[in-house]
Amino acid sequence: MGEVTRTVTIDGSEQGFATTKFDALLSWARKYSLFQYPFVTACCGMEFMSTVSPRFDIARFGAEAPRFSPRQSDVLWVVGTISQRQAPVLRRIYEQMMDPKWVIAFGTCASCGGFYDNYTTVPGLDKIIPCDVYIPGCPPRPEAILDGLMLLQDKIASGDRRPGVVKPRQDPADPKNDLVTLRTSASGRDE
Amino acid sequence: MSEAALSRLKERFGAAILETSSFLGDDTAVVDAARWKEIALFLRDDSKLSFDMPIDLCGVDYPERLPRMEVVLHVYSTSLRHRLRMKARVGDDEMNGAEIDSLVPVWSGVEWLERETYDMSGVTFRGHPDLRRILMYPEFEGHPLRKDYAANRTQPLIPYRTEEEAGVPLEKLAPFGPDEGMSFGRRPHLPHSEN
Ligand code: SF4
Repeated sequence: MGEVTRTVTIDGSEQGFATTKFDALLSWARKYSLFQYPFVTACCGMEFMSTVSPRFDIARFGAEAPRFSPRQSDVLWVVGTISQRQAPVLRRIYEQMMDPKWVIAFGTCASCGGFYDNYTTVPGLDKIIPCDVYIPGCPPRPEAILDGLMLLQDKIASGDRRPGVVKPRQDPADPKNDLVTLRTSASGRDE
Repeated sequence: MSEAALSRLKERFGAAILETSSFLGDDTAVVDAARWKEIALFLRDDSKLSFDMPIDLCGVDYPERLPRMEVVLHVYSTSLRHRLRMKARVGDDEMNGAEIDSLVPVWSGVEWLERETYDMSGVTFRGHPDLRRILMYPEFEGHPLRKDYAANRTQPLIPYRTEEEAGVPLEKLAPFGPDEGMSFGRRPHLPHSEN
């Protein structure tokens, strides 16, 4: 906080100048100000809470503000099992959101019904509403959730509306070679 | 522990207690469905039994048996600290006559449990104040925990999107496999190396 003491002037000289396309600027702004609507129905919610809380800190991605009104939110997180009885509710919420809007399927149940192959579970929320990013896992680890959020941000930046699936970081058949290499800083902590 | 309760029941109701068994401290009495409520009242009011808390009530379908549906009640006594399981068998192979007296006048706590049993198994409780579905929606047809309800039959409330509408394939690509989540699905299990 505190007062603004330094004045920044953009006068077209070499002191500060940038060109961009309006679309790119807009999607850059959008991707770092995602207001989220958490539609949390089941056990995946626990992992969602840990992702939102300080240890994994989703605020680093500009996506920490939850809005419990669909009219004020940009991204719908569908977290957990969707039962047939909830399906009309979920679609109503999606329809109430303002464009531009994105949907993340959080966990296997939301993505494809998971192991609930029965009379009461919707086999994936994409049977009801469009979906942008699928995050597999039962439940997904917070790292996978952040991967999913970054994937969504990439899609927003590039204007790509095709659905994407978060890749695993490790191949279970080949556990030695991680598919994703985390950079390690001098202090030995993951960056 | 409450084998004493079983013998007290047998002594009081004689032939209406069809079977009893005790296994590792679980005491079970199978009773005549026609005297279900009367026996429940006795369980509650008798000073040596005083079962004041219904724990659970549910239906179990045995399609190969007659009568087909078993209504199972668990009760506990908070003062004497013993428990008992009571069962009654109702319904022919088409579930005709799957009716039993409601125990709401005995323990008001069973009201929603009886609704659940009605919803899931289709047992009708005579004298229940509000016998509606509780878990499934009113449009739902049939009773899903009966063994003859097809395991893969769903009844969506709103129509699913088609692939044409969606413009993208709705079948998931890797890494969503049949072994995603837990591995007790009905589909054949794929080894990881095939992915
Ligand atoms: S994917 Fe697993 S953890 Fe998530 S809601 Fe389904 S069962 Fe629960």
